[in-house]
Amino acid sequence: MTTPFLDANFALNVALLLMLLAIALAVVRTRSLLAAILLMGVYSFVVAAWLMVMDAADVAFTEAVVGAGISTIVLLGAILLTHGEVVRVNWRLQVVPAILVLVVGGVLIYAAGGLPNFGDPASPANSHVGRIYLETTYGDIGAPNVVTAVLASYRGFDTLGETTVIFAACVGVALMLGFGPRVDTAPTVDVMGDHHVVLRVISKMLIPLIVLFALYVQFHGDLGAGGGFQAGVIMAVAVILHAMIFGLGETTKAFRPGVMRSISAFGVVLYTGVGIVCLVNGGGFLDYDFLFTPQVEAMIPPGLLGDPDKPHHWGQHFGILFIELGVLLTVASTMVSIFYGFAGRTIEAIKAERGS
Amino acid sequence: MADALHWVGGGLVAIGAIWSIMGAVGVLRFPDVYTRIHAASLTDTGGATLMLLGMAFLAEPGIVTLKLFFVWAFVMLTTPTASNALASAAYSSGHRPRIGNFEFMRGNDSPEAATKGESRP
Repeated sequence: MTTPFLDANFALNVALLLMLLAIALAVVRTRSLLAAILLMGVYSFVVAAWLMVMDAADVAFTEAVVGAGISTIVLLGAILLTHGEVVRVNWRLQVVPAILVLVVGGVLIYAAGGLPNFGDPASPANSHVGRIYLETTYGDIGAPNVVTAVLASYRGFDTLGETTVIFAACVGVALMLGFGPRVDTAPTVDVMGDHHVVLRVISKMLIPLIVLFALYVQFHGDLGAGGGFQAGVIMAVAVILHAMIFGLGETTKAFRPGVMRSISAFGVVLYTGVGIVCLVNGGGFLDYDFLFTPQVEAMIPPGLLGDPDKPHHWGQHFGILFIELGVLLTVASTMVSIFYGFAGRTIEAIKAERGS
Repeated sequence: MADALHWVGGGLVAIGAIWSIMGAVGVLRFPDVYTRIHAASLTDTGGATLMLLGMAFLAEPGIVTLKLFFVWAFVMLTTPTASNALASAAYSSGHRPRIGNFEFMRGNDSPEAATKGESRP
């Protein structure tokens, strides 16, 4: 075995970072905002591939789903309501921002020299709290995926905050753009002519599979990469795809905007409710070891999850399951609500344009 | 035997990569929307098929082969559909094919004009 001319991992890193640089420059240079949005989607995919090279599967998954998937859709929705071209501004107005960007970039590049090396076992993140998580997670929680254990159990309070932020985003977009089309007035726009039959057939085949994949990501979250956030976005994408292919009217019949808003709030309530049950049973807030009283725990059949002899942390297991379900409900319904908000406004804008 | 499979798989992956590069060159060099979509869809279908086939030869036969087959099936379902939707959208927004029409070679060959096409009468 001869030593390779170039370390494959190093070459891959350099290639991906150069691609990121090229895409970033293209985003800056393009005049069309539509092209910029699509390039940002490509950028997110390359970032996801790069994170995958660094073995951060959960983060890569989130980046691919959120960065490349849903934010592209939301930004495209925003573009439909505004101008699609960059407005030229006087160069004098750009001097101060340019200086600011250069200074901040310079500081960041300077500070990057002080960071520990990638994967350095002696770095503070890896030697204190990260090491303790890795050592104690399997004994404490029993979830093979440490990322999910940290996110849902050790740092459950932080994740509650994130879920609430997503709900707040739902409320914010609804307050700005309205609550989407009303069911009775939503026009069944025949956006697709007859020549889109291929798209319709394939979508009909794919939408159930997308939902199935979302459920897999959801319930596989404590075994592999994934969890409520990714699964929620994938599920929302299935609904949005349905709305794009079959018209908004059909989709709002199946997923009513009002129901979506209620589910968005219900997810946060479910999450908080799990915490309150733990509190009532004598533990701390979101301390899943106290989720079930001993009487309830005795009722769970010992062979429910595989090996009956292996001790299971039922409270932890079900606590993570419930709060991930809350996250899924909030994220999915929020994304659908935001899409409804944009889509309802777009229809109004098109109508106004035709009327005038 | 294993060595032969290794070479076959590696060769197929390399051919798939070259195929994809050819598609990328086509996207940059072809004159109008439809021919560019054709070039882009070649990377998605032909290049991906060759690479996945090569990977199937490189991997141990088993669950990985099955997963690669499913990846291939999804790629073959989705990317031709995307190409079809793109071409369909281009057609209904008034782009006309330029192959067989040599206008773009006479002075009017700015990249702007080549991508935009003319609106239908």
